[in-house]
Amino acid sequence: MRYPSDSVRLALPKGRLLSPTAELLNGIGLSFEEYDSGARRYRLQSPRYPFLSAKVLQERDVCVQVAVGNYDLGICGSDWIEELQAGYPASTLVKLLGFDYGEGSLYLVAGCHSGISDVSDLASRPSAWRIVSEYANLAQALASKLRLRSYRVFPVWGASAAYLPEDADLAVLWARNEKEIESQGLCALMELFPVQAFLIANQNHLEKRDVSPILDCFGPCTVSKRRDVLAGGLSVAARPAVSSPRGQEKVVRLALPDGHQKAPTSQFLERAGLKIEGYAGKTLERCLSADIRWMSIKVIRPQDMPLHVANGHFDLAITGRDWLLEHLYRFPSSPVTELLDLGFGKVKIVAALAEETPAATIDDLRGLVQTGTLSPLRVASEYVSIADKYLRDNHISSYKLIPTWGASEAFLPEDADLLIDNTQTGKTLAEHDLRVIDVLLRSSACLVGNTHSIGSPDKRERMESVVTMLQRGLE
Amino acid sequence: MENRKCKGMRDFLPDDMVRFRHIEDVFRACCCKYDYREVRTPTLEYLHLFTAVGTLTPSMLGKVYSFLDWDGWSGERVVLRPDGTIPVARLYVENLSEYEQAKLFYVSNSFVFEGTGRKDRERWQCGAEFIGGVKLVADAEAISLAVEVLSRLGLSDVRLQLSHAGLVKALIMELDLGTGEEAKVTARILDGDWEALSEAKSTRDDLDRFLSPLLNLKGKSGSFLRNVRALSAAASASFKSSLDDFIGIATLLDDLDCDYEIDITAIRSFEYYTGVCFRLLCDGETIGGGGRYDDLITLMSEKTARACGFALYIDPIMRLLSYEGGEGSRVLIVGEQPVPETIRLCFTLAQSLRDMDCVATVDFQRRETSGYRWVVSVSGEGVPRFAVTNLERKEQRNVSSAAAVVSIVSG
Repeated sequence: MRYPSDSVRLALPKGRLLSPTAELLNGIGLSFEEYDSGARRYRLQSPRYPFLSAKVLQERDVCVQVAVGNYDLGICGSDWIEELQAGYPASTLVKLLGFDYGEGSLYLVAGCHSGISDVSDLASRPSAWRIVSEYANLAQALASKLRLRSYRVFPVWGASAAYLPEDADLAVLWARNEKEIESQGLCALMELFPVQAFLIANQNHLEKRDVSPILDCFGPCTVSKRRDVLAGGLSVAARPAVSSPRGQEKVVRLALPDGHQKAPTSQFLERAGLKIEGYAGKTLERCLSADIRWMSIKVIRPQDMPLHVANGHFDLAITGRDWLLEHLYRFPSSPVTELLDLGFGKVKIVAALAEETPAATIDDLRGLVQTGTLSPLRVASEYVSIADKYLRDNHISSYKLIPTWGASEAFLPEDADLLIDNTQTGKTLAEHDLRVIDVLLRSSACLVGNTHSIGSPDKRERMESVVTMLQRGLE
Repeated sequence: MENRKCKGMRDFLPDDMVRFRHIEDVFRACCCKYDYREVRTPTLEYLHLFTAVGTLTPSMLGKVYSFLDWDGWSGERVVLRPDGTIPVARLYVENLSEYEQAKLFYVSNSFVFEGTGRKDRERWQCGAEFIGGVKLVADAEAISLAVEVLSRLGLSDVRLQLSHAGLVKALIMELDLGTGEEAKVTARILDGDWEALSEAKSTRDDLDRFLSPLLNLKGKSGSFLRNVRALSAAASASFKSSLDDFIGIATLLDDLDCDYEIDITAIRSFEYYTGVCFRLLCDGETIGGGGRYDDLITLMSEKTARACGFALYIDPIMRLLSYEGGEGSRVLIVGEQPVPETIRLCFTLAQSLRDMDCVATVDFQRRETSGYRWVVSVSGEGVPRFAVTNLERKEQRNVSSAAAVVSIVSG
């Protein structure tokens, strides 16, 4: 289903900007029922303008959806706008109005004891800087602007601060203020720009479609000026250089998942007899200690684990097989491998269509693409590489992949034709009138390891003892 | 299904390729006569090769096609070659650095993102690099080679403009702007915005004596630079040293009767250049450029090696070139019926003609004959079997053997 051409579509943010955005919309007569912090509805209809509909999306998705033209207008934070534009300078996303709300800033940070005292240190040192960030495009642009001689950017889904200083030298991250950064044992080298909310538009739609009744509503809004991206420089007091803890060769480094996987993983570890202080608690602690002297533990996003295990930042990690395969499909030569199937956290990765799509199998869908009925096929997925491989393997000849960052089921049928997503029972999919046409793979939690570490005489024995210990949890 | 080529990419059609190959052939022949040897670098390079200070400008870095390839789990990005010189410098460092001197040339594409998609994002160039040559002599040789290639291609009214990267950098230092402001002015100039220099120069009035002529006048000989030298008593030692270097090459070109124009604003994106730079124009289009880059090899290795080079831009040269190619003797062999005996006769005749360096095509569909000099009709039965028509002279002769046809066609 595609929207009628005379409708106006607005993408609204979830999360940190939801409440002030709802307040703004109420103030200018553009309120939507159920757009508040307790709301669970994705699709909203304007009570004032029958032609105006809205969808509630993750902020990052708001940018992508407006840029690809699924929405005429959107509201989101400048950090995600700049991130998109840094990666795709020719995108059709334009900023229309800056609002006087938003929170925090984007910072370049380093570990407090890293010995880095100023951004000017970065270009002068011959180090191969490891930069971790949710804002991978901005991190690339910043590294280029700072003229770093050698650097690697590791994109992560979240918890950037947790990687410093052992697993990364620098991070580009969002924080409320410098105090918050300091409270994490980090120091801000540079404030890139303050994050504020913006009204954004799809440039092509703005040139061709009349969205003036909606833009008129925003007339009385306060327009803010913002600083140029990457323009500011913040030097901090020089700190004594301290050697990085990279050299702990014999310590086995384990990554455990946060989010939904935290509770079942904690229960499993308890069954296996591995006592980890603070992991089962309600407050999220990123650095933990176990009752094993030679083990260090960090809690990060399961999506990010294979990449960091591959790069030797962790020797072992508990993640989902789905995320391991997502990584291996993208980087087939990556030195990360599954060591043990832990059995819990079972999900299926499925291909699903909206009920009304006239296809029962992927072969039917191929037919619809070949005849031009659905061409290019718009595919929404958090699993971009798995989806890409599935579409290639099934000879879907024309498709566009739309990366999503959660709540992907909300994209069909308006903004995508096919969904590649995980499901436990299929209930959520059914609630959104989606029908599974194929099961791509079955996934469960697994222990993954770095193949180089396994081969290392220093670590092999210790890693094998962790595997043996976890096997006890399976009994 | 609609198949479309990628935005900003270009198809080369047969007529384009005739001109492309002609440029390549002329360039290759000239380079070989100057004792340069051909190399080819890969399309993919690591991004870090281009990120250090002294390689690509920030503006150029913002336009490269970089990505994580299948092997990119370590975060090491690769890039579609955005420049011809830096990969050749890397090739020299990795493979040929035991040689004090290397004269290398290449024909390659480079990829630069351009926002509108209306201009080419894949660009072709012929380039030559002289690593380890004697300063001034190597510069003059590079310029002579570039000019000779363009002359042999038949391009007339080619303008040669000279500038000097070291002089421009010294000029910016001369303004005494402070680190932040100096970086901004440098970035603007690298992007071709020379207004930055005019706007900044007002801060020191004593510089105006030599800045104004340098920025506003177009010298035609080394004498112009000597005049500027006389006006620059207040300038720094590094400015004077660069100016002396510039005077040296200008004087040498004067001695070689090479026409040029001194225009220090003629260069852009010259981050890795250190000495004399030049630009070649024809019919208002920039068709080539080059210069001295003495620090690039050092940046990549411990080795110190002076170097200079140039590139000729194939795409604008193709637009300016009227060359249509020498077709030679093109022969269309038309079989009466596609029966085994006739096919065998046609194939045998075609091979005999090809052995005589003719272009021969066998056809049984009696297609369009335009573009051919000869048409030979072949019948399966009867004598004579071959009707040979010279389309230019509109003459026809009937012969009975393939050898007779070859004899007529090859004259």
